[in-house]
Amino acid sequence: MTSGALLEVADLVKHFPQGGGLFRSPRVVHALNGLSLTVAPKETLALVGESGSGKTTAGRALLRLLDPDAGTVRFDGVDVLAADRKTLKGLRRRMQIVFQDPYGSLDPRMTVGASVAEGIEIHRLAQGPEIRARVERLLGEVGLEPAAADKYPHQFSGGQRQRIGIARALAVDPEFVVLDEPVSALDVSVQAQVLNLLLDLQRDRGLSYLFIAHDLAVVRQMAHRIAVMYYGRIVEQGSRDDVLERPRHPYTRALLSAVPEPDPETQRVRIVLPGDPPSPTTPPPGCPFASRCYHSARDRRCDTERPELRSVGATLVACHHAETA
Amino acid sequence: MTPLLTVDNLRVTFPRATGPSTPVDGVSFSIDRGERVALVGESGSGKSLTCLALLRLIPHPGVIAAGSSIRLDGTDVMTLEGEALRAIRGGRIGLVFQDPMTSLNPVLTVGYQVQEAVTAHRSMSRAEARDRTVALLEEVGIPDPADRAGAYPHQLSGGLRQRIMIAIALAGEPDLLVADEPTTALDVTIQAQILELLDRIRTRRNMAVLLITHDLGVVAGRTDRVMVMYAGQLIETAPTPRLFAAPAHPYTQALLQSMPRLTGPLNRLASIGGSVPEPTAWPSGCRFHPRCARRIGPCAAEVPPWREAGPAQEGRCWLIEGQAP
Ligand SMILES: Nc1ncnc2c1ncn2[C@@H]1O[C@H](COP(=O)(O)OP(=O)(O)OP(=O)(O)O)[C@@H](O)[C@H]1O
Ligand SMILES: Nc1ncnc2c1ncn2[C@@H]1O[C@H](COP(=O)(O)OP(=O)(O)OP(=O)(O)O)[C@@H](O)[C@H]1O
Ligand SMILES: [Mg+2]
Ligand SMILES: [Mg+2]
Repeated sequence: MTSGALLEVADLVKHFPQGGGLFRSPRVVHALNGLSLTVAPKETLALVGESGSGKTTAGRALLRLLDPDAGTVRFDGVDVLAADRKTLKGLRRRMQIVFQDPYGSLDPRMTVGASVAEGIEIHRLAQGPEIRARVERLLGEVGLEPAAADKYPHQFSGGQRQRIGIARALAVDPEFVVLDEPVSALDVSVQAQVLNLLLDLQRDRGLSYLFIAHDLAVVRQMAHRIAVMYYGRIVEQGSRDDVLERPRHPYTRALLSAVPEPDPETQRVRIVLPGDPPSPTTPPPGCPFASRCYHSARDRRCDTERPELRSVGATLVACHHAETA
Repeated sequence: MTPLLTVDNLRVTFPRATGPSTPVDGVSFSIDRGERVALVGESGSGKSLTCLALLRLIPHPGVIAAGSSIRLDGTDVMTLEGEALRAIRGGRIGLVFQDPMTSLNPVLTVGYQVQEAVTAHRSMSRAEARDRTVALLEEVGIPDPADRAGAYPHQLSGGLRQRIMIAIALAGEPDLLVADEPTTALDVTIQAQILELLDRIRTRRNMAVLLITHDLGVVAGRTDRVMVMYAGQLIETAPTPRLFAAPAHPYTQALLQSMPRLTGPLNRLASIGGSVPEPTAWPSGCRFHPRCARRIGPCAAEVPPWREAGPAQEGRCWLIEGQAP
């Protein structure tokens, strides 16, 4: 693994037991099937992929908000998954998360000020009146009035609630933040405000982000590197420009071609994928994308042998036929 | 030729203790036979209520205000009752909702639900109804339709469920298909499939389509005309290419500039300050004025008239040529 990395994740596996009943044996949902990634200091790695590909599970697992079945997570050299309570508490201050849903992630009975102050109190980062001052400063940083501290979440719009979630994550002065679809629930006109805010905060505080998203146009705006997930693994990874301009995996290509393009002058050829992704409970033996793959070189090997992530040109690609266009 | 649908001064009000709110406030438009029209606007702008009003399905205690007019093919929809109203709902106008999970009945097979829609408007033998159902499922691209008809909604993917919703909407052989954010809950690759499908069906059947969306990206190349809605009113309408090339209203301009793009120069996003107003407190004058960067003298107090802004382009803004009082 690259040294210089702040976060190193290797071979992360997470299976959820599902269902089971009188006549059915319980099945497992293969949410993460060997996920590896790194994030450097002050860097944004975007994690993209369709619904159910395992993005949220990855974000939560690497903060140990859920326990992965296998794999390793190292943050600044510390083994996160093996950390004892005291070490973990220290890590939780340095690693934060902004949740996907700005409606469900704030406690409706707590004032915004109390929500933002919670982490400050747990980690004893300030005492007495200094807490309130710090909360107001944070709210100001995300563009809210000091008076917002005394209100409740339901009194804010979606965009404002997302800002509160960001202020809450920043309250403990983290180095690394998982941003789980921070703008997906927002209106277009408000989305730009939040994206700009995140970029400014990164610049001013030297933050590292794992930016989870499914909108590649948003990702282009935010990321230094991009990792594309499919079925619980990374299928392509590289610098922003390499992945967006020279994608090699057929899934990445289809994903790019499907992004709605508002300018009628630059309409791309749309690749419309047939079919659905494989069921999360029955992993196919070969390439998980094979059931929808349109690659001209697709062959029997794709159905029998799972392609490993390997270096092809400037990016890492998990496709047996990455060399063929 | 008279348009298929003409809506004039549509207003929807909800009574409240502190005075009624008017989430749809004076909307007028028409749709021609076979035309593809998009209604675009941010959350809360009144898009869904506008669609529901076309079918007189405004939820209690809301009402369509007196003075509103809706005519379908010469018929005054506002005065219809009983059987005649049912012939429009799901008959001449088909409706597809955003979230198929909440509009499909979880305890009935999808085949049963499509068949119910097939027989709702025309009596036929059971065998004929079954054949029609399977044919519809096939038309919307359900694989193994006879087999899948026996599935329950939760056994299908989001994309397949949305196809079922489309089959139900098509069952009454509508002249107008109203699709309210039919792909918002879906991944971009599945979204592309569904939009492609809607387009194919429209061409084959020569239906008119009213596509509701908050994503300007999906309307390009897929619609003939766009209507932009803000705070309960239409603020601009134009042929789709014209809207992208020369938007007349500052709101439309700002929306286009705040959208992240996959191609072109990578600059900081222009953002629109503030947030979308609530229908309980519409701003005075032009409803966009508190957020408008190009606001001039009359904007705060005086409502701009609806005026011609270009070829087949109309808008509601004091900046449109020769308007300032
Ligand atoms: N607590 C859980 N119990 C059982 N299955 C789960 C649980 N959490 C997630 N899953 C399943 O794991 C898979 C990955 O889910 P995850 O939420 O990580 O996907 P995602 O990429 O974040 O999707 P989205 O874009 O919809 O947020 C899915 O099949 C999901 O249904
Ligand atoms: N049953 C109701 N009672 C009171 N107000 C309502 C009701 N339904 C909708 N509204 C209000 O009317 C406004 C317009 O709602 P509508 O659902 O038409 O918006 P929309 O443009 O479809 O938004 P979205 O993009 O979020 O679907 C909203 O502010 C909403 O709060
Ligand atoms: Mg998620
Ligand atoms: Mg709606």
